Amino acid sequence: MSALTLTLKSIPQQRIDCSPLTPDKLAGKSVAEIGAIELQSGKLTLRTDAVFDISGDDASDLVFMNCRDKLDYIGNAMQSGRIIIHGDAGWYLGFHMKKGNIVLHGHAGGFAASGMSGGTLHIHGSVGDYLASAIPGDRKGMKGGLVIVTGNAGDRVGDQMRRGIVLIEGNVGAYCASRMLAGTIGVMGSVGDYVGYGMRRGTLLLFSQPRLHATLQDCGSHTLPFLKLMFKSFSGLPSKFAAIHLNRVQRYAGDLANDGKGEILIFM
Amino acid sequence: MIINGVVIDDTFAEAFGMRGTRVIITAQNLKWAYNAANAMTGFATSVIACGVEAGIERELDSSETPDGRPGVAVLLFAMGSAVLMKQLETRMGQCVLTCPTAAAFSGIEGGDRINLGKNLRFFGDGFQISKQFGGKRYWRVPVMDGEFLTEEKTGMVRAVGGGNFLVLAESQPQALAACEAAIEAMKKVPNVIMPFPGGVVRSGSKVGSKYKTLIASTNDAFCPTLKGITKTDLSPEIESVMEIVIDGLTDEDVRKATRAGIAAACELGAKNGIKRISAGNYGGKLGQFQFHLREIMA
Repeated sequence: MSALTLTLKSIPQQRIDCSPLTPDKLAGKSVAEIGAIELQSGKLTLRTDAVFDISGDDASDLVFMNCRDKLDYIGNAMQSGRIIIHGDAGWYLGFHMKKGNIVLHGHAGGFAASGMSGGTLHIHGSVGDYLASAIPGDRKGMKGGLVIVTGNAGDRVGDQMRRGIVLIEGNVGAYCASRMLAGTIGVMGSVGDYVGYGMRRGTLLLFSQPRLHATLQDCGSHTLPFLKLMFKSFSGLPSKFAAIHLNRVQRYAGDLANDGKGEILIFM
Repeated sequence: MIINGVVIDDTFAEAFGMRGTRVIITAQNLKWAYNAANAMTGFATSVIACGVEAGIERELDSSETPDGRPGVAVLLFAMGSAVLMKQLETRMGQCVLTCPTAAAFSGIEGGDRINLGKNLRFFGDGFQISKQFGGKRYWRVPVMDGEFLTEEKTGMVRAVGGGNFLVLAESQPQALAACEAAIEAMKKVPNVIMPFPGGVVRSGSKVGSKYKTLIASTNDAFCPTLKGITKTDLSPEIESVMEIVIDGLTDEDVRKATRAGIAAACELGAKNGIKRISAGNYGGKLGQFQFHLREIMA
């Protein structure tokens, strides 16, 4: 069996909702059946075979080729299998993803990993705003699983994030970990202003001193035993975080304007 | 059966089904891991009055522990799951949470999941932090020396308690020397503990008593000072009897420990005053497990 491959025929005029195209939803379907699946694109409804050339037969190993940033909701509510994307992905990549593995070789738009509750999303590139955040109307952002970003991320990373781990090897924008409820975010590069704004609980790991607002308070420098355990669990990951073995941090707690049980740990 | 001049009685040890769990305790160094573990396994010689039988199984070097620090593995056994869970929480709270630099982790991956640090988190008074790595939940509880780190759950499995053998010797020092040799050998067997002081018990009991309030009393048949006035099980030259009780995660573990212990005691041999090896039982009517000495030593 070979990977089920969807090759984009041409650059779409409008955004296309790819949520029906996940390994679990395509399992057991023939190429003809997959080709007949309807995709929403603005007011239009498009057949899958009108948008993609379809080849291969193993739906558990789904490949998007020649992918463009107008393809939204790739891996939506995915429950099993693997998706590999060559090219850029649109918004809502891995939206409400439950299990499985998505690997993106390109950049992603906003709200990637929003509502994600399990599995792994690995972005070999940069990602837009609201990574692992809640969409308007949702009370929680990411709820579990692992996200690795090798590039940069935009504003509001982890807004209302509830659980899970987000590891970003590059820089992030403003309001990182805003209104965060729990979970762990690691950022190797720089962070923008208002980091931890309204942060309720959760952990933000940083490698450089950010500008902090007044309601994040210095709790001193500490050697925290859980960090050893955490980095040990990262050791097998395909990320620069796998090579880190630090446990000495400057600890800031906050946001005191919103319960103040979150923490920003800056490695020394 | 005679080994090195020591008679192995044609009898068996009678043991019971228990519930067991293992906790890994780590600390800044072995000294403080032992301080926590010794406190946790203190007053845990017999389920009759202590609730659990507990002991230190072995030392762990830093490559064997979850947080990469030196530690020890502790085994705890009880007659039922409810009492084991209660005792585990109580001992964790009073002995490990309190011990400087100590942390606690699950030592059994399978079995029923029972609370290890789940409720200890409330000591954090709202400042506790939960972290999930590799499918496991840990709690960070702020304490005066920094943070107490504990895994939320550990595993509880069906186990075996009350395996035993008796060492009959010509003198008290000789009986003790044989037991010390046996314990040294048995400590090398994984998955078992010998819960009594130093692994040895000198007050073996029989079921019942002339006093109505007591469910057990001294095993007069093996008391050397009563040889002339009771239905004794001792020959004239026996002056001291000591017992080693074994709890293990499986009956095979108890069997291996029994064999290692008896072999070590017999190595001293009759020339050092070790005359007989026997075992305690209730006629085979009470316990689920029987460990026949001659079968084990064959």
